[in-house]
Amino acid sequence: MKQDIILAGVGGQGILSIAFVIDSAALKEGFQVKQAEVHGMSQRGGAVQSHLRLSEERIFSDFIPRGEADLILSVEPLETLRYVDYLRPEGMIVSSRTPLVNIPNYPDLETVLGKIKEVPGHIIIDSEKLAREAGSARTQNMVMLGAASHFLMVKKDDLVEFIGVLFETKGESMIAANIRALELGRQAAEPQGGT
Amino acid sequence: MKTEILLGDEAVALAAFHAGLTVAYSYPGTPASEILEYLIKLAEKHGHLKASWSVNEKVAYEEALGVSFAGKRALVSMKHVGLNVAADPFMNSAITGTNGGLVLAVADDPSMHSSQNEQDSRYYAQFAQIFCFEPSNHQEAYDMTRRAFDLSEETGLPVMIRLVTRLSHSRSTVQPRQARGENELNYGASRDWTLLPVNARRRFKILLEKQPGLVRLAEESEFNRLELNDRDRSLGVIASGIAYNYVMENLRSRDTAPSFLKIGTYPLPEKLIRRLVDHVDTVLVVEEGYPLIEKMLRGLFGIPGKTLRGKLSGDLTLSGELSPELIRPALGLPGLPRRELKGFEPASRPPQLCQGCPHADTLIALNKALESSPRANVFSDIGCYTLGAYPPYEAVQTCVCMGASVSMAKGGAEAGVSPSVAVIGDSTFGHSGLTPLLEAAAANISMTVIILDNATVAMTGGQPSYASGERLVRLIEGVGVPREHIRVIEPLPKNLEKNVEVIKEELAHDGISVIVAVRECVVEARKRKRRA
Repeated sequence: MKQDIILAGVGGQGILSIAFVIDSAALKEGFQVKQAEVHGMSQRGGAVQSHLRLSEERIFSDFIPRGEADLILSVEPLETLRYVDYLRPEGMIVSSRTPLVNIPNYPDLETVLGKIKEVPGHIIIDSEKLAREAGSARTQNMVMLGAASHFLMVKKDDLVEFIGVLFETKGESMIAANIRALELGRQAAEPQGGT
Repeated sequence: MKTEILLGDEAVALAAFHAGLTVAYSYPGTPASEILEYLIKLAEKHGHLKASWSVNEKVAYEEALGVSFAGKRALVSMKHVGLNVAADPFMNSAITGTNGGLVLAVADDPSMHSSQNEQDSRYYAQFAQIFCFEPSNHQEAYDMTRRAFDLSEETGLPVMIRLVTRLSHSRSTVQPRQARGENELNYGASRDWTLLPVNARRRFKILLEKQPGLVRLAEESEFNRLELNDRDRSLGVIASGIAYNYVMENLRSRDTAPSFLKIGTYPLPEKLIRRLVDHVDTVLVVEEGYPLIEKMLRGLFGIPGKTLRGKLSGDLTLSGELSPELIRPALGLPGLPRRELKGFEPASRPPQLCQGCPHADTLIALNKALESSPRANVFSDIGCYTLGAYPPYEAVQTCVCMGASVSMAKGGAEAGVSPSVAVIGDSTFGHSGLTPLLEAAAANISMTVIILDNATVAMTGGQPSYASGERLVRLIEGVGVPREHIRVIEPLPKNLEKNVEVIKEELAHDGISVIVAVRECVVEARKRKRRA
């Protein structure tokens, strides 16, 4: 069993937090993990992505080969589209519909969402709305992790455990908001909840 | 010991700590910064370990050399272009030799994700004639660093660990081993460490005499592995470092693998290469960075009777990072089927200055002050403000290397550029801008240096800056810039008009002037408030 996931978003959206939670859960469950990140210049409001690979067997490449990703998990819809060519033909997308507009030529949102919908296995989530419902607009990343949790080879309970570890220093209310965000995202992506 | 998930950089750091490290030094630079970041965290927990940021890479290397002289173990880490700055002590440290183990971890940035070039540090190891490890994964990064300290003491030479972005900034599991204690204080012999010609000639001969021994160490190293396929002699693959992973990723699903030599050390294991080449018809060399191995194999005339393929033959790209899919054609494999976005090209999203960044206010004021100076030139430097080259600012015209803004503005002024302006950050100024300012002030060159003092090394994640605040102003005065031409401004939108006036006045001054724009980095300000 293996799973290759592209995490996508814009610098500052908490891609690496999603990665930390999945990585830690995978290690606990005895899987092999490799996860390539973007640091440095791109973190300043640029496009960021992380290649996350889980497997029962030895993983060689830190990069997912183009054409082998099982899932794109994205916190921003335009960023989702940047990595579609990493998907294998049956690969799926779990994407936010909340745009982060920090460039002058951001395309029409409906066109962007339309392109995502061309991929047969897609789930589009209103992460901003659910994050606010969870108590903090900054929890959109955990909403998206929750939405993708149906399809991950790690257990949801372990994700919850490591959200606790991730936000340990930020206090109980921050941990609770992030776990709520995970649960709301998960509910929204139930088979009847997707679009 | 417990298995941990670590960045490649962190695996090197942890291994150095477990190897009995006494002190670590570095200057921030992507993708190497996380090595010292991790050691600083370890030092906070373990009182005996020291880890601190240096003012630049040359200083870092020399500090590490001082530790080695005293018989203790030192780690010095930097990005690839940082080694250009540290090249002087680096080259000479192979001549003095080491006393306590000295390991240099240098992280290359193929594809130039956060760099001005993609130079290959393996050439530096070859140039200095020292041993170099090139890990392919996190466990090797740990194991090789552990080994590197012992090997440094066994050979009496510094040892290089060559990393690349894809390993430095990738996370995976590492199984650490039992930690070793620190070395005792034990000074080096002055006849070896005083490189007067008489000593240097003797020491250089010793370095040359050590070379065959280094090749033997490479041939015996567990990190170089040869696997010969006796049934199929058509192809042999030589793969080094991270490139090994990309080859294995593609061979995973194949029933029969070609003959294979995995390279993890330099100098190259000559006998193993000879055995592989003798065994096959075609040799494919896959390496991240420049075609160093391929060039050595090819020499001037190639290998008689054999086909050599790689970057020089055009089978692999000469620039940019490799990836699993990029090397498939060279292995004779078809492309993988994949999804495609038809008729849609996602708009690019380049990095940019943060909302509320003080640099933006300074650059806007500078642009306004220069409106009536069509022949002005703004020389700039390495830092977040380099993003001011992009629209909407388009405020700076050069970015070459640390400190070059000040030196180039002086050269430009002497060639007739007017106004000649340098824009440089506080930490970059401390790194390499101070010395050219000393020179420009002594000659009272007609130029204006704008120092953006945000009190941190922002681009690499907020490491401390030494040339900041009051100390910075005193430094500028100390090198001889007249007090009346050192102007301090606060870059805020509400101060725009005032700041434009100050800049205009100094641009009009026929002599050296320095404007210090002081406002804290917004990211660091936010972090500070969260901590409080």
